[in-house]
Amino acid sequence: MTVGLYGPYGGRYVPETLVPALDELAAAWAEARLDESYRAELDQLLGSYAGRPTPLTRADRFAPGKRLYLKREDLLHTGAHKLNNALGQALLAIRLGKRRIVAETGAGQHGVAVATVCARFGLECVVHMGAEDMRRQRPNVERMRLLGAEVRPVEFGTRTLKEATSEAVRDWLSTVESSYYLIGSCVGPHPYPEIVRELQAVIGTEARAQFIEAEGRLPEVAIACVGGGSNAIGLFAAFVDDDVRLVGVEAEGAASLVRGRTGVLHGARSSLLADEDGQVLDAHSSAPGLDYPGVGPEHAFLRDTGRAEYVSVDDAEALEAFRRLARTEGIIPALEPAHALAHLPNLDAELVVLCLSGRGDKDLEAL
Amino acid sequence: MKALAIYLMCGLETPELAAAAVDGGADLVELGFPFSDPLADGPVIRRAAERALAEGMRTAACLECLAEVRELVEVRLVPMTYASLLEAYGYERFADDAVAAGATSLIVADLPVGDRPELRRIQLVAPTSTDERLHLAADQTDGWLYLVTLTGTTGARDRLSPAFAGLVARARAVTDLPLYAGFGIATPEQAASAAKLADGVVVGSRAVEVAEAGPEALREYVRSLRAAIDAAVPAIID
Repeated sequence: MTVGLYGPYGGRYVPETLVPALDELAAAWAEARLDESYRAELDQLLGSYAGRPTPLTRADRFAPGKRLYLKREDLLHTGAHKLNNALGQALLAIRLGKRRIVAETGAGQHGVAVATVCARFGLECVVHMGAEDMRRQRPNVERMRLLGAEVRPVEFGTRTLKEATSEAVRDWLSTVESSYYLIGSCVGPHPYPEIVRELQAVIGTEARAQFIEAEGRLPEVAIACVGGGSNAIGLFAAFVDDDVRLVGVEAEGAASLVRGRTGVLHGARSSLLADEDGQVLDAHSSAPGLDYPGVGPEHAFLRDTGRAEYVSVDDAEALEAFRRLARTEGIIPALEPAHALAHLPNLDAELVVLCLSGRGDKDLEAL
Repeated sequence: MKALAIYLMCGLETPELAAAAVDGGADLVELGFPFSDPLADGPVIRRAAERALAEGMRTAACLECLAEVRELVEVRLVPMTYASLLEAYGYERFADDAVAAGATSLIVADLPVGDRPELRRIQLVAPTSTDERLHLAADQTDGWLYLVTLTGTTGARDRLSPAFAGLVARARAVTDLPLYAGFGIATPEQAASAAKLADGVVVGSRAVEVAEAGPEALREYVRSLRAAIDAAVPAIID
């Protein structure tokens, strides 16, 4: 009985040790999402603590000739969309009676979000982070430590997000009775892709209503960057049944949808950067949040069905868009959504909503 | 007599090492197919996998390695592989080619019981497995059941997991099939303790480490495991 499928993708490819915990999580999630008190507590936190709703900002100077709207997840507490998911899953962990939270992080944005919610709820927090990413994103390492989290360097393989995720899973595998694994993207074994999509759907739900209020109609295109794909799936969730083009933008050196093949990584079957033997290849991107050879299984399914389209943008194009948004709009984006910004001139559409998934302070040292 | 299974990573020296392990008293050799991102493996097997991949040990080369081992030994041979490798190679094709190369069964470390029941393989159960999953695994497994003694990754531990005895008792309650214990068993003393409860013992990480010193060292190590197991559990009462 294969569970959690998106067409041929998804599922649960994990060691047996984790299966009962995933069953327990799926049951807790099924109960929580229908429980008004869970929803009410989360909504209250998203409003009074995280700063939702985030604004939708028109960006005319960046995109003359278009009507571009930026969904400002960069203005969310901690500076990225990751907090939406971290808050929702922390409440789940508490429901499950787990007081130790394990997480992986690439850019450090998810790690900071997890460290933040752990501080807020008094939970123990261990974040696994590749040694190379710790070097590239030092300010976020310092933020996590300030928030009371333990940041464990991963000195194996690529020393980036892929290895950090494997290490977080191994930590969870060894402490599964007392720990909750708070995954940061719509990847991993069932039910994680579904949980993360639902918790990030608030991005799309707000953006859709705000866009209609501003323009009196739906956008032609909803666009977002895709690493694991959580901000994109959250944006797409609200538009998937509409006549709106969905565009995901990957980093050129981490284009698991544009150039991937089917394989299994971190518990799910999806489109991966892998060789013909199924060995996972290294990704390369200046944006640590996109520097991942896998992607959420639902994105692979949306690609195959043609419901969403995926393109890639290289480091130089992203950097140019990064600088241009700063100079034209007074907004310093993270390098990750700068990839989506870079693709705009190639979009044959006027009315566009773009998820500005995070702010760029973390990237200044890496420029 | 209790079974002794030795895990070795596929590599250029593996046929010679496997022959030494069998000479030392192994009844079964598990052959690891290296994967870039194994979730259940500790540092020893991950490093061995990294080296094997650098040597070019991809699925086809590992199957050749299996065939070479088969030419040297007569014991059971069980490839241990991963879902991503089978996605690329084809599940059915792999099962066929493994048997053709001399395998007696196979293990897929990240394909839990219930998924792809048509792929006949040795199923793993763990201390966290529910009784319902123990039942399912016993129903679907190929010949014997692999008991993961501990909640964690592969690799040596100071002592045998305290969760193991309970898992054996629960598994005995649902099946008469042989139960082999693996994960965290490194010393002759641990192997002997595990063999008192289980029908077989699997030794992985420590065998991989010892194998780095060559076939002679591995033969002596396996011999010490065999002697400890046989002393603890005399064949006559088995």
